[in-house]
Amino acid sequence: MPRPRPPYPAIAGLFGKPTIINNVETLANVPDVIRLGAAGFGSIGTASSKGTKVFALSGKVLRTGLVEVPMGTTLREIVFGIGGGIPGGNRCKAVQIGGPSGGCIPEDQLDVEVDYESLKTLGAMMGSGGMVVTDEKTCMVDLAKYFMEFIQSESCGKCIPCREGTRQMLETLRAITRDRKKESDIDSLLRFQGVLHLERLARNIRDTSLCGLGQTAPNPVLSTLRWFRAEYEAHIFERSCPAAVCRALSAFVITPDLCSGCGVCIRACPHGAIVGEKKKPHSINPELCEKCGACVVKCRFEAIRTIPAAEDLRTRGDNVKVMS
Amino acid sequence: MIQVEINGRAVEARENETILEVARRAGCNIPTLCHVENLPPSGACRMCVVEVEGSRALIPSCAYPVSAGMKVKTHTSRVLEARRTIAELLLANHPNDCTHCARNHKCQLQDLSAELGVRDSAYVAERQEKKLDISSPSIVRDPNKCILCGRCVRVCEEVQGVSAIDFVGRGSKTTIGTAFNQGLNVSSCINCGQCIVVCPTAALTEQSHVARVVQALNDPGLTCVVQHAPSISVTLAEEFGAEAGSDVNGKMVALLRRLGFKKVFDTSFSADLTIMEEASELVQRITTGGTLPMMTSCSPGWTKFVEQFYPEFIGNLSTCKSPQQMLGAVIKSYFAQRENLDPKKIYSVAIMPCTAKKFEAGRPEMEGNGVPDVDAVLTTRELADLIRMYGLSLDGVEAETADNPFGTRSTAGKLFGASGGVMEAAIRTAHYLLTGKELAELKVEAVRGMEGRKEAKLTINGVTVGVAVVNGLGKAHELFDEIRSGRSDLHFVEVMTCPGGCIAGGGQPIGTDLAKVRKRMQVLHQIDRQEGLRTSHGNPEIRELYEKFLGKPLGERSHKLLHTHYHERDVLR
Repeated sequence: MPRPRPPYPAIAGLFGKPTIINNVETLANVPDVIRLGAAGFGSIGTASSKGTKVFALSGKVLRTGLVEVPMGTTLREIVFGIGGGIPGGNRCKAVQIGGPSGGCIPEDQLDVEVDYESLKTLGAMMGSGGMVVTDEKTCMVDLAKYFMEFIQSESCGKCIPCREGTRQMLETLRAITRDRKKESDIDSLLRFQGVLHLERLARNIRDTSLCGLGQTAPNPVLSTLRWFRAEYEAHIFERSCPAAVCRALSAFVITPDLCSGCGVCIRACPHGAIVGEKKKPHSINPELCEKCGACVVKCRFEAIRTIPAAEDLRTRGDNVKVMS
Repeated sequence: MIQVEINGRAVEARENETILEVARRAGCNIPTLCHVENLPPSGACRMCVVEVEGSRALIPSCAYPVSAGMKVKTHTSRVLEARRTIAELLLANHPNDCTHCARNHKCQLQDLSAELGVRDSAYVAERQEKKLDISSPSIVRDPNKCILCGRCVRVCEEVQGVSAIDFVGRGSKTTIGTAFNQGLNVSSCINCGQCIVVCPTAALTEQSHVARVVQALNDPGLTCVVQHAPSISVTLAEEFGAEAGSDVNGKMVALLRRLGFKKVFDTSFSADLTIMEEASELVQRITTGGTLPMMTSCSPGWTKFVEQFYPEFIGNLSTCKSPQQMLGAVIKSYFAQRENLDPKKIYSVAIMPCTAKKFEAGRPEMEGNGVPDVDAVLTTRELADLIRMYGLSLDGVEAETADNPFGTRSTAGKLFGASGGVMEAAIRTAHYLLTGKELAELKVEAVRGMEGRKEAKLTINGVTVGVAVVNGLGKAHELFDEIRSGRSDLHFVEVMTCPGGCIAGGGQPIGTDLAKVRKRMQVLHQIDRQEGLRTSHGNPEIRELYEKFLGKPLGERSHKLLHTHYHERDVLR
């Protein structure tokens, strides 16, 4: 369990004695400092962040792995130069930096020179050095939810804001990405209440938590809210996931040009939601579709995909009943 | 001394003091939930956060030392919003049953929510109904009401050295539990109830005997008698809003009669009786080479502690029953005989500062011919509940005196309520037994006070007698370590389970703090200073009891009624 500081470990740590705690990465820099000398080592990097930094490059990028770059390298160089860019010709959406409690940096900010200060200014942090590249098929609300799940299960439970607060934040994210068919009036009210208080809650968790985990726990939400607020609004007000990732807020549709009319999906659908004649493009009845995805797995022609719920509504026209 | 600024006002502070200590001294009350006086800060609840100039985040004042020139703001809108958010988060996860909660009006979460102006919680959490632990004869645990502040865990471990409960699981699934999640009754819990006193909510409460006492009082076939422990008269008034340190002995006796008790006896009388037996036992052990140091056995938390943690020292425990059990035994023998009552038709209630007394009353050894010595034990808190339930109050009655034959006490017996009191009373009588003379100075200053461990060397008849006084069982571990590693200069050791003695027992009013305990102790010492009958052997009713019924201390009848035995206890830990 974390304990309050001061005293810091350097004053009273293990067995109450002064203790220095270092990451392996810090120690790995020592040979370079010795080899190059202080001035030599200091000449690498930026004015305030010296030396190199190892990133764990992953996500929607061609070449993944550990990359070591001098401090001050731009994110664009790392993602598009070293990483080789985004596969499948997709557009980069954002880069998530610093591990679960880090933050997202949107594509139009990728020319930033990476060091401790610049990342902080953009609402991210160096953190663990994790670097996850996302493309347009990534839902930022879903991404925030994924990281909040991680943080919530990592919370030790000692201090109240982290223990109870991260749980509330996660519940709010779940509520806005959930299917609302069975939602009662009070649930809708609570969902809106949760959304209204999300930023206040995040601020107070950050301000009052005992250790670094809690103090940075709201970052996934705060940072995605900062750069991708429109996506949150689409989820909340339009009940639609623009990236068509959150299933409850997406629609399953069959692309007629790709569908061979083989009937595999009709047999795979446990809800009888797919109709169509043999050798003619099939279609999905949205009233019956439970969005389980069984058809997507079975289709050999990649003819079934998800589209944002809002787009589905628009294409189907005015005869669709809108439920609030 | 250094200067700091709190809310714009200059305040003097000592280095290493926390912001919380300095602010509270300056009359600025910062709320806390996890803070426990005299224990290292835990920093868990974050309720005490303040703004410190130059710091980005809010600072937990309970754990942060002041420094020269520090500028602190304790109630800014940012701070208040943070505190309110924490309270709301807790309420989201807390049952909404304040109206019929055991701690209604005595709940820190309730008080704090009111103080912070929480009118509605913005948050809702899905709560899983958790099972109550009602297995213990003394303590009920309701995990649904637990806010995980950890005060109980720290008191159990750091003050009492027992560690019967700890955090189980992690994150939002954390609970407080016992070893292997078994009932408290099979754990190493010593039933002291210190966890109840520090619990901010109703997650820990005493196993209530109020209902069964009300039932007995209304049963025409039963004769209800009551005894009250030495410390009750100096704490009961606090339950009715009085300042700590008010002695309401006479009014309490009157109220007990109004409740319907046929006889009101004083446990301080049987404390005198205990001293007669215990001092005789000590003299016998010293003069015949018995097991030394002899250790007191009045505190049932302590005796269970020895039985489970230090069974090799069971022989050191005095075989005397506690005053509660001694009085219970003579009520159902001597008193029953005298009044021509069937012991089975006597319902004997004890008012105690203690939850472990409930456990003690239920020990199988504590009976005579199949009839329990004591039938029900009410804590100070439960007595106050009962008085309120019957529409009574301290204001409405005039003081009355206790009943005979067990109503006269010496101040030595009354001193049992505070740490050092048993020792002081025993020294007075042991000196008399050994020399035939009274001590020139009855007051034994060295064993008084709030120190966790006190020691003294006395010379009686040319023999040097070493005595030690321990309160708070964490300190008992230290003493046992010393004795195990060969220390042999001690003859008599008094141990009280709770820090400060029974005046700070687990059955005492919620909100007990060190300052209140000191005041309660002062009153007991004042009573000893002001009254004439100051030795147990000088108590005429005690003499009468021996003459008419018991014979002599350590005699056959005493042995049967007033002494007991202890046994090694296997507990989960």
